[in-house]
Amino acid sequence: MKLKKTLLALAITATASTAALADINIGVSLALTGPGSGLGIPMQKQLQLFPKTIGGEKVNLIILDDATDPGKGAANARRFVTEDKVDLIFGSCITAVAAAMTDVASEAGTVQVAGSPVGVPPGKDKWLFRLPQSNTVMGHAVVEHMKKQGVKTVGFLGYTDAYGQQWLDAVGPMLDKAGIKLVGTERFARADTSVTPQALKLTSANPDAILVVASGSGAAMPQLGLVDRGYKGKIYQTHAAATPDLPRVGGKAVEGTFVVSGPALLGDQLADNHPSKKMAMDFVQKFEAAHGANTRNQFAGHSYDFQVAMEKAIPLALKKAKPGTPQFRSALRDSLETMGRTVFAHGVMNWTADDHWGYTLETGVMTKVVDGKFKVE
Amino acid sequence: MPPRGMAVRIPYFPTRLSMDFSIASILLLDGMTNGAIYALLGLATVLVFTVTRVIFIPQGEFVAYGALTLAMLQSGKTPGTVWLLLILATMASLMECIERWRHHGNIPRALKSGLKPLLFPVAIALVSIWAAPQQFPLGVQALLSVAIVAAFGPLVYRVAYQSLEAATPLVLLIVSVGVHFAMTGLGLLFFGAEGFRNPTFWDERFALGPVTLSGQTVIIFAVSLALIVLLWLYFEKSLRGKALRATAVNRTGARLMGISTHTSGQLTFLMAALIGALSGLLIGPTTTVFYDSGFLIGLKGFVAAVIAGLSSYPGALVGALFVGIVEAFGAFWASAFKEVIVFTLILPILLVRSLRSGHSDEEH
Repeated sequence: MKLKKTLLALAITATASTAALADINIGVSLALTGPGSGLGIPMQKQLQLFPKTIGGEKVNLIILDDATDPGKGAANARRFVTEDKVDLIFGSCITAVAAAMTDVASEAGTVQVAGSPVGVPPGKDKWLFRLPQSNTVMGHAVVEHMKKQGVKTVGFLGYTDAYGQQWLDAVGPMLDKAGIKLVGTERFARADTSVTPQALKLTSANPDAILVVASGSGAAMPQLGLVDRGYKGKIYQTHAAATPDLPRVGGKAVEGTFVVSGPALLGDQLADNHPSKKMAMDFVQKFEAAHGANTRNQFAGHSYDFQVAMEKAIPLALKKAKPGTPQFRSALRDSLETMGRTVFAHGVMNWTADDHWGYTLETGVMTKVVDGKFKVE
Repeated sequence: MPPRGMAVRIPYFPTRLSMDFSIASILLLDGMTNGAIYALLGLATVLVFTVTRVIFIPQGEFVAYGALTLAMLQSGKTPGTVWLLLILATMASLMECIERWRHHGNIPRALKSGLKPLLFPVAIALVSIWAAPQQFPLGVQALLSVAIVAAFGPLVYRVAYQSLEAATPLVLLIVSVGVHFAMTGLGLLFFGAEGFRNPTFWDERFALGPVTLSGQTVIIFAVSLALIVLLWLYFEKSLRGKALRATAVNRTGARLMGISTHTSGQLTFLMAALIGALSGLLIGPTTTVFYDSGFLIGLKGFVAAVIAGLSSYPGALVGALFVGIVEAFGAFWASAFKEVIVFTLILPILLVRSLRSGHSDEEH
């Protein structure tokens, strides 16, 4: 209830102030209810710490709930561009919702900064920038680590959905280039009652390492299946598994697993020369000061990075045009593309005209599960 | 770095491994273990369909509810299912009151009949709220979980199906779809999006040649077998079981003989929920159960029931073991197409069944 009231108040004050032409208006659409609310609510919490002015101009955030519904997300985006005439759209945190907003934003010539990995092909993403890491960037960290560990053969055990396929598409060529042989690809679904047949097939090929591609607590079951079949090699997990749910469900069986992760939540553990160390620590410290100890969350980290990007891009765009004009909107787009290497809590970003994913390859951090905690390797 | 978003197709690398006796026996055991669970759900589906003509799609939801209720009790929290149970019981009680009052116009009698659906669920709920923080041994918590979830059965029947008893199977099927969505959504609300894995009931391993038999597998087989025998005894020997069979054969005839279809329906759903909850406890230690895991498991039980023409218990048992074994071997040879293989099976089977039986069956 309180959240709704705050939102309403925010929306009203924001709409009322659109009249003031000089203000910068940012439309934010997040999943604050529905199945994606676990992602949207932490992002919204971080936005409470968003600065009131950037580059001397007042910034208004118009936050709307898209209820994890692509239709609602598209409607929110349409409202932003027609009624609120925003300078930029932030959201959504759910891929399907953000994808539904993309067409509206690009038609209106408004930048959309998505908090989810929207898979629009290059060329069609002229107005779309993404904050999360692509699987290619994370896959790079995995393959590099495998090379260092002397891994020669790898088995793949992944979800039968888009996440599994995207990872396979991403790491396949990299493994090839590194001279690591992919000896088996097996698939499973999150709700499967057993992975015994798949595990049996992979373990009999006996690869040096097995890459498990799954998310959250769903990542534990395949690994338990492998361990159950007596697999003694290295097991790698992806960044979607880098949550406390993996050791919670997996227990002893996931000890020693290598899990690739973004740096945002690992600030205190990173080496001093890691580029994101300062930002990651700053994010965690400010977020936990506002919302309590141990509340750090990777999705809130994306909101933090959004703020970092805005603080760099808005002053650049202000030099070229006045907020509220189409010129300012395209100036914002240009400055996001040309502002160059920017250090985020989630890694090092370098958006260019050809690359709207943008994270550099220094982004992925390899961790190892030790005593049920993720320790940076 | 390669350009993003460009789909790089990776050829499918089938792991080269020939089938030999040891692999076949491991797969067979895995398939039969899952098949035993599907058998229980298939039996429940057949049971519900024959007595009430409801194609009970939410059967699998009871599996997830059972496993997750135990997981909640394990962590010392009052399971969300308890609150849902109380809400459902209140709804059932109100419906009962209003219906009685409209029939007889007698308020005290209506209130008294409204008490009946409340008694057992409220008692269970109170016990659970008291027992949740006490960290009782696993066995006690398992019993409690089964009791909580089993209590859902009659309430679901009362609230969703009872007033539609005379409707066509198609209408009842549509209601089932609705109940399925409601139960999955409520599951997400009560248990959250993450999955849980329960502790094993028996941490023992036996080596049988190439196969290692875990204690949990033994329990799955033993419980499934015991339940099947109990069901058989119930329907063959007890009066109530015979009454259910009579309802299944001819509803009007059964009513003329003084068998209440309401009571039969509720009893059937109680048994279905009980079987579902037990299945949940059985698979809880072998896999991670999510709020929506039940649907696919239930659907495979349904395929088993369809193989049996939704009418024969031994047929459902054989069908379920068949589904489990096909699934295991399918996952071994082409894991990406496992579900496709299992669910495509239903097509030739339906074809054969319809060619053989023609259109003589009055119900389907």
